[in-house]
Amino acid sequence: MSEILQPQSPGIPLPVPTLFSQPYWDGCQVGELRYQRCRDCGVITMDPAPACSACFSPDLDWEVSAGQGEVYSWTTVWRPQTPAFTVPYVAVIVTLDEDFWLLANLINCPVDAVHVGMRVKTTFVELSEEITLPYFEPAD
Amino acid sequence: MAKHPFHDIAIVGIANSDQARVLEGHDSTTITFQAVHRVLADTGLSPSDIDGVAAGPFSGPLTYYMRNGPAWRNHMAPSIPIILDAASAIATGQCHTVLVAHGSAGVYTERASTAPWTRPAHEFVVAYGMFTAAEFALIAQRHMHMHGTTPEQLATVAATIRNNGHAHPEAVYRGRGPFTPDDILASRMVADPFHLLDCAMTSEGACALILTTRERAQDLPTKPVYILGGACDSFGPSYQHPPAWDLAGPSGRNNGYTGRWAAQKSFAMGELSPTDVDVCEFYDPFSFEIIRQFEAYGFCEEGEGGEFIMDGRIGPGGQYPVTTDGGTMSFSHGGAAVQQLQRVIRGVEQLRGTCATAQVPDAQVAMCSNGGAGALFTDVMLLGTETP
Repeated sequence: MSEILQPQSPGIPLPVPTLFSQPYWDGCQVGELRYQRCRDCGVITMDPAPACSACFSPDLDWEVSAGQGEVYSWTTVWRPQTPAFTVPYVAVIVTLDEDFWLLANLINCPVDAVHVGMRVKTTFVELSEEITLPYFEPAD
Repeated sequence: MAKHPFHDIAIVGIANSDQARVLEGHDSTTITFQAVHRVLADTGLSPSDIDGVAAGPFSGPLTYYMRNGPAWRNHMAPSIPIILDAASAIATGQCHTVLVAHGSAGVYTERASTAPWTRPAHEFVVAYGMFTAAEFALIAQRHMHMHGTTPEQLATVAATIRNNGHAHPEAVYRGRGPFTPDDILASRMVADPFHLLDCAMTSEGACALILTTRERAQDLPTKPVYILGGACDSFGPSYQHPPAWDLAGPSGRNNGYTGRWAAQKSFAMGELSPTDVDVCEFYDPFSFEIIRQFEAYGFCEEGEGGEFIMDGRIGPGGQYPVTTDGGTMSFSHGGAAVQQLQRVIRGVEQLRGTCATAQVPDAQVAMCSNGGAGALFTDVMLLGTETP
């Protein structure tokens, strides 16, 4: 029986939101994975940015992702970035169904089950009063 | 008349300081100054002959203590882009002789964590435990998924480079081998697919180079090595966004092959192609990066890099000897910049024909690189004993 991946515990280094990423982190606190869509060209920009990454328009709207996607690439980490992290943990790049990438950790999954193409969905873990982190878990 | 302005610029001085896991009694400034003293001795130049300094945070102190002002300067941590800036400054008449130097000691002391320069505190990676090995692993895993590249092929790269360092008398990990691919695969896993011995090590050290005009180079005792070409590909900041192989804009040029377009420009400048390259001083932060670079630069087809590096092709005496001093895996890895300069230093050493180990006989063209797809950039330089 392979080990089941868990979220990290409070004490890990946490994100410091910026002026233009704050709505993303606000969304995480209410269980929404938010992303930006360009009002001019319709293309999604992610990570949050001050301008569209297709046409560079500053006119971006926030939308909410269904949180479903598949693993694009992955790595199981056995040497922690700092001692605050518990190993093993799995970093994944996920292609969301709306067609953008998000880097996060995979949890609630046996450590040796991850593979490219695996269907996953978002789940949220509160790590401080200000920061709730999106993670991914197997979709079924 | 040179066919490209870079062809009128020669690298006339090279030096490495002492390199070690920990350099007792040194800090970053003192070890950088040691490399500068050595590079001046290498060329027979004195501080008053230098009228440009590109040494990152040491540019100001060096100019002040050498009293060589007024001098051209560049304050960015120097690697290939800064060498090319220095060459451009000389080619455009802003200065005639530039000292490039960098060093690091006493920076990485908290050994329970990964090195500080590998883990910037960016909001979209910091809480997911990301650091350099994990970033580059995401690139390697994608390639393995697409093309079936194997851990054994990665391990063959690592064993080859580590054996170069094993034999090199000044490598930090001299005498640690020899290594077989099985030894690499038997080392503990760091970030799948990278075992410990697939990864760069960390150490301390400094190095320095001196560039000048072709004309001035003729009066110096060292054999001049000319810049045949050089260019830089970047897809964004390192270690802040998902390091996706397919990251691309409307051009379709993708991060997975970062360095390809810099290489194409460099080959065009030098009127060269991959088959003209005698020695590949490729940057080796992780074993997979060497496989990726052979594909990116056009030495082999996309997806064939894993097979290409097998059967001794990249080892001593092979068609394309790679990273012949042991690179960041075994020679030294002093921080964010110094080991990138050391790829160019080794390329010059190969073309001078003065390598104590792994000298490629009659080497005339060296290809040097920095960076990697996990960091969203790759820089390329071509060096030669002659210009077209």
